[in-house]
Amino acid sequence: MKTVNTTDTSKRKFLGGAAAVAGIAIAPGVLLQTVNAKPDNEAVSNKVRWGMLIDTNKCGDGCTDCVTACNTENGLTGFERPETDSQWIRKLTLKDKQTGHVQTLPVMCQHCETAPCVDVCPTGASFKREDGIVLVDKHICIGCRYCMMACPYKARSFVHEDLQDQKDHAPRGKGTVESCTMCVHKVDNGENPACVTACNKEHKAMYFGDLNDANSEISKRLKQYGGKQIRADLGLNPGVRYQGV
Amino acid sequence: MVLWFRKNLQNIMLAAIAMLLATSVNVNAEVVAPVVPKGKGEQCVEPTDVMRKNHMEMLKHQRDETMHNGIRTKKHALKECIACHVQEDEKGQVARFGDDGHFCSSCHNYAGVNVDCFQCHADRPQELIGKGHKIKPHHTADFKDKAINKEALQALTEVSK
Repeated sequence: MKTVNTTDTSKRKFLGGAAAVAGIAIAPGVLLQTVNAKPDNEAVSNKVRWGMLIDTNKCGDGCTDCVTACNTENGLTGFERPETDSQWIRKLTLKDKQTGHVQTLPVMCQHCETAPCVDVCPTGASFKREDGIVLVDKHICIGCRYCMMACPYKARSFVHEDLQDQKDHAPRGKGTVESCTMCVHKVDNGENPACVTACNKEHKAMYFGDLNDANSEISKRLKQYGGKQIRADLGLNPGVRYQGV
Repeated sequence: MVLWFRKNLQNIMLAAIAMLLATSVNVNAEVVAPVVPKGKGEQCVEPTDVMRKNHMEMLKHQRDETMHNGIRTKKHALKECIACHVQEDEKGQVARFGDDGHFCSSCHNYAGVNVDCFQCHADRPQELIGKGHKIKPHHTADFKDKAINKEALQALTEVSK
């Protein structure tokens, strides 16, 4: 797919960035998963399809590093009201009643190819970027929450209350729906999503990369070991795949 | 009398023009232009008069390009405007949107034009987030006694030569 020759190497910011240096120090595998940052002035294209692979066998029971990292990165501060507080990623626990085997796994927006939230949105606020990332354009969102009803993964949240001190890269506001953005601001910059980076520090259960690139680590792993879609029966072709469920 | 009038027509007209000029100068002197905080940088990305008139168009264009196409050039990005134009004062205080001392609201309060940008977007550079008082996101400014007059509007929209 994307070859090194077609990329302007001077634009590969991650090579010179301090964050990349830290990445090498913390987890040598991080950079292998990272695809080159596109130039700032280039529109995203469907040559890339961003995806995630979650190995539930490695996912730590009781570990919530991905959730914490997501909340920190995107400034998701709650009001101590779990019923209505925003949640972009959550940990699920599955127990096999017969055998007593317990598994945990993170679930977030699955970034479906044929996303029901995009289908039902009356204003066009729910949309899928060319590179497969499903987002809410909050400038257009009217807060009807139809997408929340349509989503089979319960991935979206509605902001019920006035917010203060939002992050400058993650604008959020009362009256709009929001969900995992796959850390689009980081991905556009050639970095991994915050949850993946956090998971890589210890459990290394999450992989991020280009599903269209046969040479990406995520594609190789999926080809070799396979990966399940949650609710594959719905035919949504989600960008987030799971192993071990 | 008629003859005198004719002789002095030129002088009378000059006097009239001078009076008119004096009046207009007086009117302008009464207009209190908004005090806009200086930016950090040397020069804005566009000429000042262009920015005054068209900043909303540029911001909106950039907004759609970034949101839908992932274009993250910095030139017309709101984040960069804020990074340059919103700074701590000598006392280490940061003006919030709605305060007269905030770059955006210095004009917007004056002109009585409310915007919703900062209900969601940061009104301070990232390193200053958490500083300053809270804002009321849905009632950002009190526009009482701040109705714009014709002269003020002219002063704001005048294109510099």
